Amino acid sequence: MKRHQNILLLLAVVLLALLPLWLIRAPAPDADGHPIEIFTGADDKARDLVGEINPDYKPWFKPLMEPASSEIASLLFALQAALGAGFIGYYLGVSVARERMRREQEQDKPAEKEARVH
Amino acid sequence: MHIMEGFLPVQHAIGWTLASAPFVACGLYSLKKRIRQNPEQRMLLGVATAFTFVLSALKLPSVTGSCSHPTGTGLGAILFGPAAMAPIGLVVLLFQALLLAHGGLTTLGANTFSMAIVGPFAAAGLYRLARRLKRSFALSIFIAASVADLMTYVTTSIQLAWAFPDPVGGFAGSFVKFAGIFAITQIPLAISEGLLTVVIFNALKRFNAKELHDMNVDRQAEVPA
Repeated sequence: MKRHQNILLLLAVVLLALLPLWLIRAPAPDADGHPIEIFTGADDKARDLVGEINPDYKPWFKPLMEPASSEIASLLFALQAALGAGFIGYYLGVSVARERMRREQEQDKPAEKEARVH
Repeated sequence: MHIMEGFLPVQHAIGWTLASAPFVACGLYSLKKRIRQNPEQRMLLGVATAFTFVLSALKLPSVTGSCSHPTGTGLGAILFGPAAMAPIGLVVLLFQALLLAHGGLTTLGANTFSMAIVGPFAAAGLYRLARRLKRSFALSIFIAASVADLMTYVTTSIQLAWAFPDPVGGFAGSFVKFAGIFAITQIPLAISEGLLTVVIFNALKRFNAKELHDMNVDRQAEVPA
């Protein structure tokens, strides 16, 4: 039952991520004929809004190191996710195996007792 | 929720750093104490950190046509208490600031405050409240994790609105604009985060029932206040 619930929950997460891709269509290009990009980062939009509200604001510090390209950036993000997911997978794997061994041991114990009686 | 490097005025950058520092120190102290007393919880602490690493790397599309990411701080806040997530969130944000130019050192204090302090405290508080109101385990986790996610983005909007009030609408006008970018985008993502946190807890409950029991997660709200 619980297992069933998790599969349904994961399915819901996938649907929530896919739905916007299907619902949102790129708007028509702006007056200059530049296409309007969709699914850009909310962080970038906030940065643009800062520029709109206060056009005189100049960022006073630059990142020490920037990924050489967007490809490198996605590599690092993938690495970040892979490290995290790897660890969680390892921990759950160990937990599942440990739980199974514990159950098997519990099942064996009564059998041992019986064997001793005979 | 990452305010970009240099995008907070100096006074704000310093102010948020000072505001976050005591929480981080307090969290480090509580984690140290906990690991000394229960060394076996180290692995679970790793899971909480890993969960934040994964979820904050997942940039998901949202109904507003922009992309954002969950925070993953609800899990650790419910397991280890809200203060513990301050140093953990800081590590994740530092990783992203230094290697990915995502967020920044000058905005680290503000970003820590929204993601690693407000979010976890909201999660832990809501979880206790929901359990006290006799909501089911799964529903309590869902509410705690998803609202915490949303609160993180509301906090970011407040921080930016405070630093950059609208020339016409002032703080409120600016907040509405920033919240329009962050909070609305975040709603479906917050739901996803809530669901994913329930998935992890379902697995932990099934295979690590003893640990959860020792950590008082299952019972913590059944004790009357």
